[in-house]
Amino acid sequence: MIKSLHKRNSELANSQRQLEILSNGIFQSGELPKFKDKIAETGQFPLKAKKLEILQINVGYMCNQVCEHCHVDAGPDRKEIMTRETMQQCLEVIKNTGAHTLDLTGGAPEMNPDFRWFVEEALKIGVKDFIVRSNLTIIRANKKYYDLPEFFKKHNVHIMSSMPHWTKGKTDKQRGNGVFDKSIKALQELNAVGYGMPDSNLRLDLVYNPSGAFLPGNQASMEKDFKKALMDDFGINFHNLFTITNLPISRFLDYLIASENYEDYMYALVEAYNPQTVKNVMCTNTLSVSWDGYLYDCDFNQMLNLPVNSKVKHISDYNEELLEGRTIMISQHCYGCTAGAGSSCQGSVA
Amino acid sequence: MQKTYYDPADLKKFGKITEWSEELGNKFFDYYAKVFEEGKLSAREKSLIALAVAHTEQCPYCIDAYTQDGLQRGITKEEMMEALHVGAAIKGGATLVHGVQMMNKVNKLEM
Repeated sequence: MIKSLHKRNSELANSQRQLEILSNGIFQSGELPKFKDKIAETGQFPLKAKKLEILQINVGYMCNQVCEHCHVDAGPDRKEIMTRETMQQCLEVIKNTGAHTLDLTGGAPEMNPDFRWFVEEALKIGVKDFIVRSNLTIIRANKKYYDLPEFFKKHNVHIMSSMPHWTKGKTDKQRGNGVFDKSIKALQELNAVGYGMPDSNLRLDLVYNPSGAFLPGNQASMEKDFKKALMDDFGINFHNLFTITNLPISRFLDYLIASENYEDYMYALVEAYNPQTVKNVMCTNTLSVSWDGYLYDCDFNQMLNLPVNSKVKHISDYNEELLEGRTIMISQHCYGCTAGAGSSCQGSVA
Repeated sequence: MQKTYYDPADLKKFGKITEWSEELGNKFFDYYAKVFEEGKLSAREKSLIALAVAHTEQCPYCIDAYTQDGLQRGITKEEMMEALHVGAAIKGGATLVHGVQMMNKVNKLEM
């Protein structure tokens, strides 16, 4: 298993260094336009936050997997974990806002010792859509997680799981040896309790990230291919497939540079820029909370340590009026969310 | 002087061919886009055909474009190679089937 960039003391573990790479080179020389200038062409700069709809909470960077493309640089060696106190502060905010979606991410959210407590408390408040981004293998990682499908079902949690391909080779290459087989087993267990079945209210969606330096294909076509292959080969059902573009940060940036694909990938993103996606990018209706309670426009900005442009910096000081209408923090990585049909944690946006 | 006949950056400039003949260029690109739409054959199948033809035509731009296109569509490397073998089989077959012509000629001329 590879180690996180942090554990390896890689220079890319430093978010400042990542931002330098993204702003220098082809963008500094003017070979490619900066994101700010690109969105200004259609009068969409500055990008402003709208009403909060999705609160995305990163409950910790600890994970049982070390995926090659992970923008969080998560792994077993990451110890950053959200405390119950910070979770309590998040619950207060959920109570007092009109946010309809609560989106738990990580790392593997299930590895936070207060994960189950948080799910139970959050549901008491009555969130319309409660998403847990589960990597699937966690369900098979240890006996203490074997009952997760039943736990999810009991609390009607919406499961969103990563699956880069319907074949073992491509999946294991991106997510680690043995991940495919465990993921298939976990999906079958989720199906067995009712998740992902055609008429079931227990939502099971898959998230597709390309396993390399290329952009995702058409979301509807990919979904069709995934559904056919997973049903034919393993009898697996799921509801929707969401395609997500890999953003050039953290471990994916490390991969792009090491494989000498960085410049071509940035060209591909800029070339595929679609101005229609800008009005729907997720940072305009989402707030991302880090494990230690700080606020960011999105999970990617969290990893680049680009906090919200507001007097309010921490969930404990949450103030809807001060946060709504804030200017979104942008850099060249934002091209990842505006390429082709666009990309967000909820899939394509155009 | 340009050191190679092919420059990968030229692929991105393909659309510029319309500048010197707008009507024909546009007609070509409209036709091209239509050809690759979902039809009786899926866009995925068409992408594999294009990849195989790209190789038989030995067009580096097309190989670059349709390898990338295949990856984006989730086509596996095994499927891509299988498609290439179809192209190679036809190319090889086309060479060898002319052997009949050679044989005919030899049989006619030799005592």
